[in-house]
Amino acid sequence: MTPEPQNEVSPKTIEQVYRPVTRRTFLKGAAASMIGVAGLMAALKPLLELESGAVTLDDLLQRHYRELTPEDLQRIMQSLEARCEQEYGVRPTIGDLKPLDGVEFGYALNLTRCIGCRKCAHACIKENNQSRDDANDIEMSYIRVLELNKGAINLETSNVYYDSAKVPQPDKYYMPVQCHQCRQSPCTKVCPVQATWQEKDGLVVVDYNWCIGCSYCMAACPYDARRFNYQKPKIKPDQINPNQDYLSNRIRPKGVVEKCTFCLQRTRAGKYPACLEVCPTGARVFGNLLDPNSEINYILKNKRVYILKEDVGTQPRFYYFFDK
Amino acid sequence: MRDYLTFLFRVWRLSWQGSAKFYLWMSVLTLLCLVGLHAWCRQFVDGLQTTGMTNQVSWGAYIANFTFLVGVAAAAVMLVIPAYIYKKEHMHEVVLFGELLAIAVIVMCLLFVTVDLGRPDRFHHMIPPFGVFNFPGSILSWDVIVLNGYLLLNLHIAGYLLYCRYQHRQPTKKFYIPFVFLSIAWAVSIHTVTAFLYVGLAGRSYWHNPLVPSRFLASAFVAGPALMILTFQIIRRTTKYFIGDQPIFTLRMIMTVAMIINMFLLGCEVFTEFYSPTQHAAAAHYLYFGLHGHSGLVPWIWSAITLNTLGLILLITPLSRRIGWLNLACIACFVGIWTEKGMGLIIPGFVPSPLGQIVEYLPTLGETLVCLGIWAFGALMFSWMLHVAIPIMNGSLRANPELMSAK
Repeated sequence: MTPEPQNEVSPKTIEQVYRPVTRRTFLKGAAASMIGVAGLMAALKPLLELESGAVTLDDLLQRHYRELTPEDLQRIMQSLEARCEQEYGVRPTIGDLKPLDGVEFGYALNLTRCIGCRKCAHACIKENNQSRDDANDIEMSYIRVLELNKGAINLETSNVYYDSAKVPQPDKYYMPVQCHQCRQSPCTKVCPVQATWQEKDGLVVVDYNWCIGCSYCMAACPYDARRFNYQKPKIKPDQINPNQDYLSNRIRPKGVVEKCTFCLQRTRAGKYPACLEVCPTGARVFGNLLDPNSEINYILKNKRVYILKEDVGTQPRFYYFFDK
Repeated sequence: MRDYLTFLFRVWRLSWQGSAKFYLWMSVLTLLCLVGLHAWCRQFVDGLQTTGMTNQVSWGAYIANFTFLVGVAAAAVMLVIPAYIYKKEHMHEVVLFGELLAIAVIVMCLLFVTVDLGRPDRFHHMIPPFGVFNFPGSILSWDVIVLNGYLLLNLHIAGYLLYCRYQHRQPTKKFYIPFVFLSIAWAVSIHTVTAFLYVGLAGRSYWHNPLVPSRFLASAFVAGPALMILTFQIIRRTTKYFIGDQPIFTLRMIMTVAMIINMFLLGCEVFTEFYSPTQHAAAAHYLYFGLHGHSGLVPWIWSAITLNTLGLILLITPLSRRIGWLNLACIACFVGIWTEKGMGLIIPGFVPSPLGQIVEYLPTLGETLVCLGIWAFGALMFSWMLHVAIPIMNGSLRANPELMSAK
């Protein structure tokens, strides 16, 4: 025997449904709606704190980078410059350097020479305008330097929080890891909106104005090379590098993913990446894979080269090698 | 057309008719929704820093809940198959509730994905005419298609059948039967595609495992029916819609078989990870026993295993032929699978990180409130749909009431 239903809609209430709305029900409904609207307003209240210009109509209507006309891109870059000046106090020059013909960038790192000083990780953050709490905060740097135990290449026992003032330790060796600019890049494959892709010169870039922030690419990356802007980037005026590029080191908006582009704002202009320039041991070799006489090709042909996580099938353009 | 508008108007009127208890229940849920909305607005303004997610653990409670709920939605198929393929009469009286549940749960899934986005204001980048859709490359774009497709299929089937019932006419078979069969295949696809989201990532060895989709389906066919068994009892207690014991025991049988398969597959996974432990077993080690002194998930997974084992024992013994024990089994299985398939699957994918770092994850208060809000919204939607559908199903609400009473 089931108990008598308590919440049953009775025939009498069903009758009500067929009748026209009475004044009484209308007023009751209006009162209930008022309470509902008040509750909704209270719930939405935090939106009042949105900065003006946080979400503009222009932002909403902007197309994907590769669909923009040169004029549109110019206009967008100028408005980004103006917004940066307004929000961060420095007016940058945002450029849009295109990939060069006959160039495919490759990077090699000499594990015999690297001493783990972490200067590359610091140079990266100075060059690329990542968010930081203070000058020592390199969480958003595109380079993580691993301290590994000699005798194996076992990432699982590595340490990234070692004291860089006490390097090199006799029983350790060091392995900086950054974006490998993979030929089979899992990150670009999984992006649902094509906000990240490989350029002609092999660089994997992100359109920060198109990324929806789903962080699927971060899950896909086997090298932990991508960073997420969990907050609006924090960066002081004197820390800003004003030489910026649309697809690279401009200050990112909140809620999007960013990554190493081999400093394309420098390398596409014929300079070396910031991490290479700062390296005190000359452990880093950067160059054009398509140029048979380049130093990087010499290394790939003549040295004992190690590819990190080769088994994952990413075919990186970043190589490690050993001297002796 | 005019009839249809009248129908919608009556449904609207009916939505606001109900007992004090109904009002209380709906008000509490609305309040929770608003609390969740408030927390989400805060997150929208401050960014995802309000959550516990980090560069290392870039998915958390939102995606965990999403994954679990896709399974619950897919499990509606476990009512559809007996009803339409095996033509079990007694399942026809409840199959609609499964479809309504699927609708509410899919909406929850879509909300969980939306709140996980860093830029929800750019959601339209995923919608083809406005955006650039990475199809067929990205499994996430597949997921967008299959989830929305499943939502539309169920909206059509449930909406059409209800409207016919309201008009007191036989539904035309060609208008819904093909969709019913399509929805069966589609239900399997939503959960398989969701599993492929993870399985497709070669860099995350914990997920890169062909067993994951099968386990997803098996565990879904436990959690979904568990929720339905509980719901059916609430329906038959609180309304005049008759649901016999038969559908409940059919679902019990489905749950039992699915749970046995699920636990078997779990055993296979555990064996593979621990018999010859490779470096790839680090995540499993972290999950079950902790790694290098970090053991945040250990209590989670062991409570999940305890609950699932309890559920399994109750299900395979005659005890669960009694409704009280069956309910206990349902609660144990539902909570157990939520724990295991949500956090137990997502977080170890990130711990240790691909470079061997261990960063633990714990949801923040804000994140928890958003989750709670979405669960409340799902319950609100489902309660509302039942509130409207049941008077139509049992014939109280009709297109021509006078005609009917004259009969």
